[in-house]
Amino acid sequence: MIGRYLVRFSALGYVAVILVAPVALIFWRAFEHGLGPFWAAITTPDALHALKLTLELAVVAVPLNTAFGIACAIAIVRYRMPGGGLVNAIVDLPLALSPVVVGLSLYLLYARDGWFGGWLTRHGVQMLFAYPAMLLAMLFISLPFVVREVVPVLREIGIDQEEAAATLGSSAFTTFRKVTIPAIRWAVTYGVVLTTARCLGEFGAVSIVSGGIAGRTQVLTQYVQASYENFNLTGAYAASVVLAGLAIATLVAMTIVRPKEERSGNRDA
Amino acid sequence: MAIETRNVTKRFGDFVALDDVSITAQSDSLTALLGPSGSGKSTLLRVIAGLEVPDAGDVFISGKEATAVAPQKRGVGFVFQHYAPFKHMTVRENVAFALKIRHRPRTEVRARVDELLELVQLTGLDRRYPAQLSGGQRQRMALARALAPEPEVLLLDEPFGALDARVRKELRAWLRRLHEETHTTTILVTHDQEEAMEVADEVVLMAKGRVEQVGPPSELYERPANEFVMSFVGPVTRLAEAYVRPHDIEILLSPDGADAEAMVERIVHLGFEVRVELVDAEGERLSVQLTREAAAELELAAGDVVWVRARRTRVFA
Repeated sequence: MIGRYLVRFSALGYVAVILVAPVALIFWRAFEHGLGPFWAAITTPDALHALKLTLELAVVAVPLNTAFGIACAIAIVRYRMPGGGLVNAIVDLPLALSPVVVGLSLYLLYARDGWFGGWLTRHGVQMLFAYPAMLLAMLFISLPFVVREVVPVLREIGIDQEEAAATLGSSAFTTFRKVTIPAIRWAVTYGVVLTTARCLGEFGAVSIVSGGIAGRTQVLTQYVQASYENFNLTGAYAASVVLAGLAIATLVAMTIVRPKEERSGNRDA
Repeated sequence: MAIETRNVTKRFGDFVALDDVSITAQSDSLTALLGPSGSGKSTLLRVIAGLEVPDAGDVFISGKEATAVAPQKRGVGFVFQHYAPFKHMTVRENVAFALKIRHRPRTEVRARVDELLELVQLTGLDRRYPAQLSGGQRQRMALARALAPEPEVLLLDEPFGALDARVRKELRAWLRRLHEETHTTTILVTHDQEEAMEVADEVVLMAKGRVEQVGPPSELYERPANEFVMSFVGPVTRLAEAYVRPHDIEILLSPDGADAEAMVERIVHLGFEVRVELVDAEGERLSVQLTREAAAELELAAGDVVWVRARRTRVFA
């Protein structure tokens, strides 16, 4: 009995100290002087632009990584390709690699004297310190989530249902649309939620390639850092609250998705 | 519609699943592919359905070469071993699947699904999900789903494999009746000889990727081509060099005309029949099947010394 309480207490205590306290503090500091200063801080042109840019990048990165994530998962599970195991491992790279390293490698590729940068600059394409490189960084960082969620579900459902659809006269595309997608839909949803959270919170890789020019190439996380460094603490706290709010919203979305997945995803044959 | 495979060979890596297999299933017949696991029977069924591409050989459906035809275009209904239900669809949606993707009018789909559900005795369960059905119900739903597009050929992979003994027996009789109603050329894969004997017009007995014997159930039982067939399709016991069915052995109380002497080791009463386990002079065990009356007349007891005579034996070279 005591052991059980000990485990429970230490687990909850740990979570409270490590996770809850800092986030709660952010909220407290942001609203310390009431709603007015908070509202003023997040409606400055730079803050609004940072929020808009962050959402714009996510809106492109999430669908791309969802579509290609599903394709990657199918390739990994369904096709015995040479080096399939390697692909499976490489997909995890963004989880293992520090975002700063990712940012740096993109920088080296697209800088004026980099591998692709020279050619692109000559053809008038500005990658670095602009939208394209920021998007690439975000795509790189958030690639694994959909793949990681979908792969085990695809493995578990096997090819039986797809084969059954084929013998019933269903084309490959119809089978994908009517059989495969519904079977993996909760895994995809969960993956999308995680991808979104990762995109919104991305800092390291993006900050290296974006240049962080306020009102132009600054995402919300960078806005937090810049505000903090410029002693605009209210601005930093307010933007942090927006980020935390978005994160909490994704968490809530996740918990709404979870039980449904358990109800319909695990219907056993 | 007749189905034929000619010299079909299929390998998975080093494993030869099918080795030069040629079989024919007559139009409107019910053929059983019988064999132990690893005999290649399921692989052969999947080759016929187009789910596996053979390394060599050809498949003909209704006299037309079908080896390179996609499974979608073969007009084949397939019932999978674990039924492969579409888990996110209701029973009705499952059965309607083949009709919906063919864009049949809604009223027609409705009517056809109702008719099929009645045929497989699932009327009233149409709004359930596969997870809410029993094994037998799921099996019948899979069958209705496969029958929906009116396939020329019905292929069943261990259709009763995952069900308990009582349900299996019921479904077997039901399947036979269904076959008589629909007259669809049917091939059924099973490892259960009793099942094959009971439902099939013709049995193809396979082992290690090869066909051992083809014939009606009675022929396989009465005239087995080899030792494997004899022991696979029914109980068998050995008397010196010969193979005998346990019901083809007589127990005698005197040595006159007997083939061998033996001692009664155990007597098992199985209701209608009585099984007598014997040990001969060399210590070899043999088993004899008697009717209850015959056993009662002999008044046997464990430890008795008796003589046995085989009515018919088979010796394989």
